[in-house]
Amino acid sequence: EKDKEDESKEEDSCSQQNRASRNKNYQGKNSDGKKAGEEGSRQRERGKKAPTKDQKESENKEKKTNKKGKEGENKQKKDRKNSTTSASSNSSDEESLSEEELTMLMEQVEQKKKLISTMRNKPWRMVKKLSVLREAQAFVEKFEGALGKGKGKKLYAYKMMMAKKWVKFKRDFDNFKTQCIPWEMKIKEVESHFGSSVASYFIFLRWMYGVNLVLFGLIFGLVIIPEVLMGMPYGSMPRKTVPRAEQATAMDFSVLWDFEGYIKYSALFYGYYNNQRTIGWLKYRLPMAYFMVGISVFGYSLMVVIRSMAHNANESTADGDDDNFIFSWKMFTSWDYLIGNPETADNKFASITTSFKESIVDEQESNKDENIHLRRFLRVLANVLIICCLCGSGYLIYFVVKRSQTFSKMQNVGWYERNEVEIVMSLLGMFCPPLFETIAALENYHPRIGLKWQLGRIFALFLGNLYTFLLALMDDVNEKLAEEDVVKNVTAWTLLAHHNSSVGNGSTATPPSLDPADVPRGPCWETTVGIEFVRLTVSDILVTYITILVGDFIRACFVRFVNYCWCWDLEAGFPSYAEFDISGNVLGLVFNQGMIWMGSFYAPGLVGINVLRLLTSMYFQCWAVMSSNVPHERVFKASKSNNFYMGLLLLILFLSLLPVAYTIMSLPPSFDCGPFSGKKRMYEVIQETIELDFPLFVAKIFSYVANPGLIIPAILLMVLAIYYLNAVAEAYQRANAELKKKMQMQREEEKNKRNNKASTNPMLQDLEDLLTPSRRSESHPKQAEDKKIESPNRTSPVEKQGKAAALDGSPMTGGRGAAFTPPPHVFVTQPPTWGVWAPYPGQPRPRGHPPGPVPGRGRGQPRY
Amino acid sequence: MGNKQTIFTPEQLDAYQDCTFFTRKEILRLFYRYRDLAPQLVPLDYTDKPDVTLPYELIGSMPELKDNPFRQRIAEVFSENGDGNMTLDDFLDMFSVLSEMAPRDLKAYYAFKIYDFNNDDYICKSDLEKTVNKLTRNELTPEEVSLVCEKVIYEADVDNDGKLSLEDFQHMIIRAPDFL
Repeated sequence: EKDKEDESKEEDSCSQQNRASRNKNYQGKNSDGKKAGEEGSRQRERGKKAPTKDQKESENKEKKTNKKGKEGENKQKKDRKNSTTSASSNSSDEESLSEEELTMLMEQVEQKKKLISTMRNKPWRMVKKLSVLREAQAFVEKFEGALGKGKGKKLYAYKMMMAKKWVKFKRDFDNFKTQCIPWEMKIKEVESHFGSSVASYFIFLRWMYGVNLVLFGLIFGLVIIPEVLMGMPYGSMPRKTVPRAEQATAMDFSVLWDFEGYIKYSALFYGYYNNQRTIGWLKYRLPMAYFMVGISVFGYSLMVVIRSMAHNANESTADGDDDNFIFSWKMFTSWDYLIGNPETADNKFASITTSFKESIVDEQESNKDENIHLRRFLRVLANVLIICCLCGSGYLIYFVVKRSQTFSKMQNVGWYERNEVEIVMSLLGMFCPPLFETIAALENYHPRIGLKWQLGRIFALFLGNLYTFLLALMDDVNEKLAEEDVVKNVTAWTLLAHHNSSVGNGSTATPPSLDPADVPRGPCWETTVGIEFVRLTVSDILVTYITILVGDFIRACFVRFVNYCWCWDLEAGFPSYAEFDISGNVLGLVFNQGMIWMGSFYAPGLVGINVLRLLTSMYFQCWAVMSSNVPHERVFKASKSNNFYMGLLLLILFLSLLPVAYTIMSLPPSFDCGPFSGKKRMYEVIQETIELDFPLFVAKIFSYVANPGLIIPAILLMVLAIYYLNAVAEAYQRANAELKKKMQMQREEEKNKRNNKASTNPMLQDLEDLLTPSRRSESHPKQAEDKKIESPNRTSPVEKQGKAAALDGSPMTGGRGAAFTPPPHVFVTQPPTWGVWAPYPGQPRPRGHPPGPVPGRGRGQPRY
Repeated sequence: MGNKQTIFTPEQLDAYQDCTFFTRKEILRLFYRYRDLAPQLVPLDYTDKPDVTLPYELIGSMPELKDNPFRQRIAEVFSENGDGNMTLDDFLDMFSVLSEMAPRDLKAYYAFKIYDFNNDDYICKSDLEKTVNKLTRNELTPEEVSLVCEKVIYEADVDNDGKLSLEDFQHMIIRAPDFL
């Protein structure tokens, strides 16, 4: 309270001084006459600018302090009076002055606007915020219109109005945007019950849904809908007709469920599309569009994943790599403020307690190397075990696949032999993850890091799954390709025979064409591959949902209701409730997405299925998690950047890009189905388009660009660029580390210095405290200048610095709250400078209350 | 929601949007949350700024705070006079700071205030002990607690005065990966 009074008095005195100095300037001008007029005006300018700035500063400072309302208003009124009076007096004699006035006002208005826009970042009470906001708004309102004159004024007013409208529009748009974020409430609810790690899975799911929605729009808008609207209708040609032999059963549910029959010959699959170069009255180039969309699906996905990774990397701060603050972080950041569920809270309390105990034990035993060695040994052991497991299962998969290839050549093999690969794969998938988890318990990582390891290991296991699947598929494709060669001849022969027969009949009219259902077909390997992917996706969906239903929901019901009549406590004992399996769910999502990426080229409808799947699983899993799961035993917070998920996704994306690229570049497309039929390779569609639709020189340019002589240097250049950028990044990192080290050293040094000082000479320390702000006052040269102008008599640097420090320091402490506690030594020994210099005129400064900065505070810049 | 215009004037809503990190809808939702705590106390008309405060017992029973070991401190820090009773303005303030959109600086500032139990602008050893005990529900022995507190001060106290100032605290907490 004392400070406040003090300060306000100080401010008053300042303004008085300002006025005095200005008067002086005026007098000077009058006496010097006209010649000095220009100079005088300039001086006046400076004189005026300085005090207003000063006033502004003091105003801001005042805002920083806790007082509010009336005083501020008075102050502002005074300001305004000042400025208006000076404006009226000035505008009478010179025009340039009013210009100055204007720029100044403009500056002020800008500042107010800035204040308005950063209002929400201020740590003030709402009442204060509101009042300050209102003031600032009123100020802007009042002076905005007054700026500029004549034509400029109108323009300015118009501009301001537009700006205001724009702000309003932006705000409305933001409101709208946040309303459009789906499932925000649902995810928040899950978060509050299970902590942020479970919620991170749902956020990832939502993100995937967004990406898939874009892919869906791309494929449906540019491929499927044009084909349905403008392409040839169903039944017009062989590839769009169900063959005669299948027609009887084509509508049966069991057939449709296998994606045969009518579904197979629909726009959902590759084979349905015609190789006609343009379709419809728009001359839409469908094959070209099909190819480009197939590529841009990958392009877009890559872009999105990498962008989001980069975004996350920017956001994560240092990622906790320096372990200077183990205990501090545990103390201040271990509580998850999102928890709103007593059970989770209990778990959290327990986990915090154990983590404290653990680190205490670590701390106590850190001197003994035994423990570290043991832990290292255990970690190495665990990794060796897991690598053995992975190698073993890899070999098992390889072995089984080999066997299945021999089985496939044999006739009448049993059910087990036929399904051996699938059985082995699912058994591995069932037993390996728990095994890994058991082994991972040896490592004793923090659960967040443990989750990453677990994810990586299961990922490696699942890669085997992918490998067998692709291998089987490639075998299938090769077989179909071989078959195709035979069928091709048969088809040609049939058509020829039909033609001949019709010609032989002697009819001169057009021969009755063969019914499209009767034409012999090739196997169309692309559609087969597409069907395979769709089947896999659908079965995956079903398995996931059934697992959730049985493994979580039924189990929960059983535990809950049978518990009343059971011999032991089911809830606490063996079956208990299920925890939400984060790693399994994330990996399932990632692999499913890989399937979608691979399959969408051969089955454009696959993305639609996936969108539906993600939509339903969002609701279903949210429900399942809330109804039948319990929070993790060790609740942990997910770090904000879930770049690990993204990394997995990127890897899968790359892996799924490879087979598709391979088929596009080096396998011949089927001769009688799909948009690329009749071409040697799929990519020829681009060459065709360029040759036929573009002027000649484009084709020439293209042929030059496609020249290996140009591509190889381009790749080389890119490699070099990557190398260079990498080197630069490394250098920056090194510099960063160096700086960190320097800072650390400085800190240590400072600590030592202070330790010594405190014991040796309190007087010296006080001097130092007064002098340290001088370094800072360099960063406020204007302020120092202001001081110079307002008090030309006083030239003592110490005094000035002291003043600057007071101006800098006291509002800061005032703003931080009521308690203003200088350290005791300041009280004990008077700083010598204050005693020597007389206080300001009109500024009674109480002796016993030095306004110097609190030593602990002096270093920090005022932040608010 | 048909009567939403009568709760606040558009100017009030705009002002609140300027002062918090919330959208209009969120502000209204928060208002209803606030009102649901004590429907008989809080009027449905805020255009003339009625002077209503809700006692801490009601605020602390919200599901967001119910299980938080620091709920009392949070309420005290954000309430006007420091006793935990809240007006609507305080209430909005609290949720604005605790929301996702608030910058880390602001959060760090308020976190410091929350952990500063005795309001002396420093986190001293007794504050730290209180924090630990609240976090662990008094399950650590006094020796362990004091060890932890010493460790924290050793780690984070830059200027070596035996307690943490706001700068120390910010310096430490901005680097924390868990601090959101």
